[in-house]
Amino acid sequence: MTGRTKARVATGASAGWVNLLNFGMLGASMEPNAAGELAIEFCAVSYVLPGGQQLLSGLDLKVQRGETLVLLGRSGSGKTTTLKLINRLLSPSHGEVRVNGKSISQGEVIRLRRSIGYVIQDVGLFPHYTVEQNIGLVPKIEGWSSERIRSRTQELLQLVGLEAQLASRYPHQLSGGQRQRVGVARALAADPAILLMDEPFGALDPLTRDELQREFLSLQQGLSKTVVFVTHDLREALRLGSRIALMEAGQLVTVLSPREFLRSTVPLAAAYVKAFGDGPSVAAHRGDS
Amino acid sequence: MNVFQFILQNHGEVLELTLEHLWMVSVSTLFAVVIGIPLGIVIAHRPVLNKAVLAGANIIQTIPSLALFGFLLPVPWLGDRADRLAILALTLYALLPVIRGTFSGIRGVDASVIEAGRGMGLTERQLLLQVELPLAVSVILSGVRVAVVISVGLATIAAAIGAGGLGEFIFRGLAMVNNQLILAGAIPAALMALLADFSLGWLERRLQPR
Repeated sequence: MTGRTKARVATGASAGWVNLLNFGMLGASMEPNAAGELAIEFCAVSYVLPGGQQLLSGLDLKVQRGETLVLLGRSGSGKTTTLKLINRLLSPSHGEVRVNGKSISQGEVIRLRRSIGYVIQDVGLFPHYTVEQNIGLVPKIEGWSSERIRSRTQELLQLVGLEAQLASRYPHQLSGGQRQRVGVARALAADPAILLMDEPFGALDPLTRDELQREFLSLQQGLSKTVVFVTHDLREALRLGSRIALMEAGQLVTVLSPREFLRSTVPLAAAYVKAFGDGPSVAAHRGDS
Repeated sequence: MNVFQFILQNHGEVLELTLEHLWMVSVSTLFAVVIGIPLGIVIAHRPVLNKAVLAGANIIQTIPSLALFGFLLPVPWLGDRADRLAILALTLYALLPVIRGTFSGIRGVDASVIEAGRGMGLTERQLLLQVELPLAVSVILSGVRVAVVISVGLATIAAAIGAGGLGEFIFRGLAMVNNQLILAGAIPAALMALLADFSLGWLERRLQPR
């Protein structure tokens, strides 16, 4: 617990290597509570576009229950494709995706999607619905009573750090950070065990992003959802992930814990770490010569 | 005698022809909406079909109205009564704006909103009724508005095949070289078009999603 607190405090300071290792420890402490239980499993999954372009090839990946697995890679590396295969927004061309041990191509797709929270970068709030209606849409379709929806909405708004009176606002009346908070609340509405997040904080300014990342960590500490998180930002990956799956050109390069990632000799991982470290050090030495 | 005196004196006939006109326009608009909106929804979801359907509706639009009325005359049952014919022709003309409005309204819904809706487990039907249509409604309505305004004008030509409406005055006035008679048909028709434009425009703005 002290390690965790230390890491949270350290987030406020500048990003030194020690801090990053603390993030790694934090990640490690969030590793699966029920060891060996798989929430999501990819077995030799490929995804080919109708035109023949291969977006994903031979992906084998296991996501443990309760962990935050980060898919890290540049655009076009197949991260989002991987994510969309989990809630069947896409269907694999070859191979099989299993959720809770069962192949998802068997079951009903609507059921599957309602049991999985989905958060995307552009949020995609329904502009004609209030915050409360946005959060309560799936519960309403599922036949919850209006009191239950109301109390759930209030609970979720509090959970994501929003004031209760925002419930009656429309999305266009909110700031970017508030909108993404509502997006997260909406994904959590029906209390899914799995949360898919596709660069959820990518469009936010650095300070708001930092705030939301911090809140995500404390939220995840309490909820222990199985999270698959897509990002191209190494800092975010190190900070939020219990494990990082590095992807490149439609293939999984390696899966490492944040601590392992920083010391990795895998060329691509090392390149990420180098690119990441270069920023501050170059800035610090500019104007020296 | 000026136009207004003429209209006052013949208010019975003016009213009758106006009602005929209104009947043709409303029935044909209703048909165009009932056919065009579902068709627009279908082609918005099936990109394969949209070119063919829009091209078809476009071609209809290019047929000169007088010729279309003439073409349809020999058709059995339809040709029996001129107002049936007029309604069919007006419906065909109104289809394009309605289909196109629906198509672009639904296509215009933010892709991220659709993706989020689908990802959270809305069925295609729920997505259509709860998300796409409410967000597209003002664009769809703008298509209907264009259709109505076009129909009010076109319906005057229906008088040429004996379907009645305000075109009666216009054609009679043309034959008799009587400007007042022409205006007695044209002014109520123009007012009808303006009124339709205004009220549908108002509704469109009311239903505009934020």
